[in-house]
Amino acid sequence: MIDNGWDEFEIGAMLRSFDGAVKDIATTLQEDRPYSKNNSFTASVADWRIEKPVFNKDYCIDCQFCWIYCPDISIISRDKKMVGIDYDHCKGCAICVEVCPTNPKSLLMFEEKMDEDEALAGWPEKENKEK
Amino acid sequence: MSEMKKIKNLKEFSTSADRFEGANLLCPGCAHSIIVREILNATNDDLILSASTGCLEVCTAVYPYTSWDASWIHIGFENGSTAVAGAEAMYKALKRKGRLKQPDREPKFVSFAGDGASYDIGFQWISGCFERGHNIMHVVLDNEVYANTGGQRSSSTPIGSSTTTAPAGRVSYGEKQNKKDMLAIMAAHGAPYVAQVAPNKWKDMIKKIQHGFAVEGPVFINAMSACTTEWKFLPEDTIAISDLATDSLVFPLYEIIDGTKLNITYRPKNVIPVKDYLGAQGRFKHLFKPENKHVLDEWQKRVDEKWEYLQRREEAGV
Ligand SMILES: Cc1ncc(C[n+]2csc(CCOP(=O)(O)OP(=O)(O)O)c2C)c(N)n1
Ligand code: SF4
Ligand code: SF4
Ligand code: SF4
Ligand SMILES: [Mg+2]
Repeated sequence: MIDNGWDEFEIGAMLRSFDGAVKDIATTLQEDRPYSKNNSFTASVADWRIEKPVFNKDYCIDCQFCWIYCPDISIISRDKKMVGIDYDHCKGCAICVEVCPTNPKSLLMFEEKMDEDEALAGWPEKENKEK
Repeated sequence: MSEMKKIKNLKEFSTSADRFEGANLLCPGCAHSIIVREILNATNDDLILSASTGCLEVCTAVYPYTSWDASWIHIGFENGSTAVAGAEAMYKALKRKGRLKQPDREPKFVSFAGDGASYDIGFQWISGCFERGHNIMHVVLDNEVYANTGGQRSSSTPIGSSTTTAPAGRVSYGEKQNKKDMLAIMAAHGAPYVAQVAPNKWKDMIKKIQHGFAVEGPVFINAMSACTTEWKFLPEDTIAISDLATDSLVFPLYEIIDGTKLNITYRPKNVIPVKDYLGAQGRFKHLFKPENKHVLDEWQKRVDEKWEYLQRREEAGV
């Protein structure tokens, strides 16, 4: 179905979010869902980004501010812990970086092509906040 | 009654399994999706949703993709509310006839629409739904402009804002009319619950949404949705701008129960000047020219008067 153009499929054709039934979607995590090719979850907007957020778990206090304010469901939190970033769906808005309360921040923006280990190695020190 | 989802704190909330998906085409930093996530995650019940034409609808249902893991319908610009009301009426009829396949599951019916689709073009449909008393929630994603078609003014656009149909320039300071008070209008329908929410105040949001889901009858939610593209600020500042809006009392957070009883639900510790909110956005930039100072003054005066009014209403309990 996905290979048909919008003007090629028959009237009444159905595109489904999932291949097969999901018993209780509200309690089924993304990794356990049978996403169909028509669910935007299977698509990527990675090429929208010029900069990407990098996560440094050493400073993270699992406050979940980044999780709630990420518009693009790209902060992966499991069992009340921030686990990482979903780079297929992150659009690089940097909201997560802005709302991260730690010092230094546990999330920072880097050029898209930046190597993650290099980013972590050069992570800034704690900043002395001026009164 | 289905059980209310327990959300004690943000950590607990973060165990929610989102039913709204990424790789939609909303702008980076768009508040529409932050609001939608908070609302959908406030319940574990099944969802029957609609979206009226606008950024949210256009960006989440682009062939061959959907970003919705729930029953979802789109018809036109004006009638998302009636689409969901129709589904709710059918649900009730099937229930009465004992023909529901899963009678123990009680779905929630939610209609999402922009301010253009709610304050202007879909207004009579919403009014009809509320007058008939459907058990639905109508959520306005209030970015104060027709964003999806390039920034035309709506009756939610506030005074002094520069829009493509009310541009600021040599002879004009932009929008001349003030924002329509939709909450008062919807409360006047006698709705059991109407409330104003903002995505930065997620706890207040969840409380109101859960209350809205629990009451019987039509619920109206006006959700402030800071729009990086039309309000003209950087995508990373969506939450900061939202904080300025709630802390300057430009978007006061309150609720009205049963059409009359008004409660203020957020009182900023430090109320900040309205000009701090206006100055952070490109759409109000021209107001800081000396010849437009009277608009800034009027803005502050209106916000102060509204806050006074809300407090008096709350005190009087009417
Ligand atoms: C009857 C009708 N009139 C006009 C349009 C064109 N149109 C599509 S979206 C839109 C703007 C929507 O504005 P709003 O409801 O505020 O939602 P937003 O995009 O700002 O979220 C307009 C004018 C339409 N689709 N249907
Ligand atoms: S940059 Fe934006 S989209 Fe990416 S994870 Fe952070 S908040 Fe989410
Ligand atoms: S906002 Fe920062 S500290 Fe909080 S969970 Fe996210 S990365 Fe960790
Ligand atoms: S124009 Fe505004 S409301 Fe529309 S997708 Fe972009 S940020 Fe969101
Ligand atoms: Mg709008």
